Amino acid sequence: MLGRAVDDASTGSDSDYSNSWISWFLSSKGNEYFCEVEEDYILDRFNLTGLNNEVSNYAQALDLITDNLDDDIQDELRGALDVQARLLYGLIHARWIVTARGLAKMLEKFKRVDFGRCPRVLCQSQPLLPVGLSDIPYEKSVKLYCGRCEDVYSPKSSRHGSIDGAYFGTSFPHLLFMVYPHLIPPKVGIVEPAPAPRANDADTNRRNKRIREDSEALETVGEPASTASVALKADRYRPRIYGFQLHEIAKLQRWQEAIRDRQVGRLEVLEDLS
Amino acid sequence: MKWRKASSTPTSTLTWISWFCSLPGHEYFCEVSEDFIEDDFNLTGLNIMVPFWKEAMEMVLDVEPDEDTSKIPDVSIVEASAELLYGLVHQRYILTRAGLQSMVDKYESAAFGVCPRVYCVGCNVVPCGRSDLPGIDTVKLYCPNCNDIYGPPSSRFQGVDGAFFGTTFAHLFFQSYRELAPAPYWKPSSSAESSLSAGRSPDSVHSSSRRSGFVNPNPHGGQKRPEGHVYEPRVYGFKVSERAKSGPRMQWLRLRPQSPLELDTVDWRGRWIDEEEYDGIDEDEEEGDRQMEYFDPVRVFYKTFRSRK
Repeated sequence: MLGRAVDDASTGSDSDYSNSWISWFLSSKGNEYFCEVEEDYILDRFNLTGLNNEVSNYAQALDLITDNLDDDIQDELRGALDVQARLLYGLIHARWIVTARGLAKMLEKFKRVDFGRCPRVLCQSQPLLPVGLSDIPYEKSVKLYCGRCEDVYSPKSSRHGSIDGAYFGTSFPHLLFMVYPHLIPPKVGIVEPAPAPRANDADTNRRNKRIREDSEALETVGEPASTASVALKADRYRPRIYGFQLHEIAKLQRWQEAIRDRQVGRLEVLEDLS
Repeated sequence: MKWRKASSTPTSTLTWISWFCSLPGHEYFCEVSEDFIEDDFNLTGLNIMVPFWKEAMEMVLDVEPDEDTSKIPDVSIVEASAELLYGLVHQRYILTRAGLQSMVDKYESAAFGVCPRVYCVGCNVVPCGRSDLPGIDTVKLYCPNCNDIYGPPSSRFQGVDGAFFGTTFAHLFFQSYRELAPAPYWKPSSSAESSLSAGRSPDSVHSSSRRSGFVNPNPHGGQKRPEGHVYEPRVYGFKVSERAKSGPRMQWLRLRPQSPLELDTVDWRGRWIDEEEYDGIDEDEEEGDRQMEYFDPVRVFYKTFRSRK
């Protein structure tokens, strides 16, 4: 009952990172939302177009990220360079995660629930996706998008709350659901994205395998189901005093549901036409 | 039955109630006054829900136990009963004037935290149960701005029963303190401000709403200026169309009308009053990009299709 938040046990120890800057960056605490940008992508200068205007000491920062920096650089410069390297990596990351391979990498993280779960009770712990509210750095911190309630939330932990939202961009979660429409969360029921299999347990392994096969079977289905009327299934909270609804809130909720029904009607007509 | 304090020992100044409320995870509880607990009327019906009632009462009120109570096998059983007893009394106490007052003090110091939803801009939340019966669900947090409930951010609240706050408290609280309840309608005050609304700090929002004297024409309604911005998904700066499979379907959940009169355009059954037979294609007035609709081939096709019928 007195369970304390023990979410900061792992990561960050000096011994367990390999020598590359990117793997050090990814393994350091607070950077759990980032995925690995493939080196080929970074080395293709076309992908970095315009970033030299965003990052000072661009060339050296890029060398640091790709582990090509001269070793004889002074320590104080290295500290300043690290800030620039993080910024550069973040901005490359924002471009990378909207590519086909980047989306696939982020999808794995989504399935592992690396971005946390929706705090909204009626979203049934729906896994979240990171999103920026601006594509320009130093404006807004990263937020989390829930595909079920389609709203954005602040990360629980302050070390995630201080990450720049521009490192993920405004488009990423929406592009992900456009590319993988079968992963659009349903509005009811609990869905677990296929969990990563654990090697030590044969039973869960088998079960996970089945789940994986199911989800793979789902992924091969060409045309995803219609989403025109999914909103009708969405559950909502109704405030009550001694079991009675409150006048003003009930009125607002009726109005909101009339707006919803109007949209459903609109979408169903469009669907019948096509 | 009379619950008399056995000669209060000067060494233990901390009462069981203060100790209980100071435990980690118990930050949402307020201290129930002993007078309230000592009045048997307030406890009506609780004795059948709490095992070891007498011993639990003794523990909560710091009464020295009788000598013949050694038949209880384990003191931890009584502790569980005392917690259940206190929780259920707490559910009733926070609905009284005194209880609401001590909870409003906690609310105003943000003791219950803020709404995790970005566009609620740090609105303070209150604890809320999903059931009035214990053992069903843990405590949740109710946000008056989005009228929704959220899981507490820390796992230490996962051991706190929602029934200890009850289903009614959160709403009675905002009925009692109308100035803390956001109104059900919202008009972006200026185009510049609305686009920035997520970035404003909560402090500046509060001070500006007080300064400009926001008044809801419904005197029984919420009197606080709400945070009405609704998230709009965009890809490369363009809104995701509702016609896409992945298009927005849930904006209604957070939407507020611009004026309180619009709320009256829907009747008690949830139907639009002025639309005899809604044909499903009319744009609602909230849509900003109306002029685009004239270039919509599907719509034009649909209109001709309807007129031929």
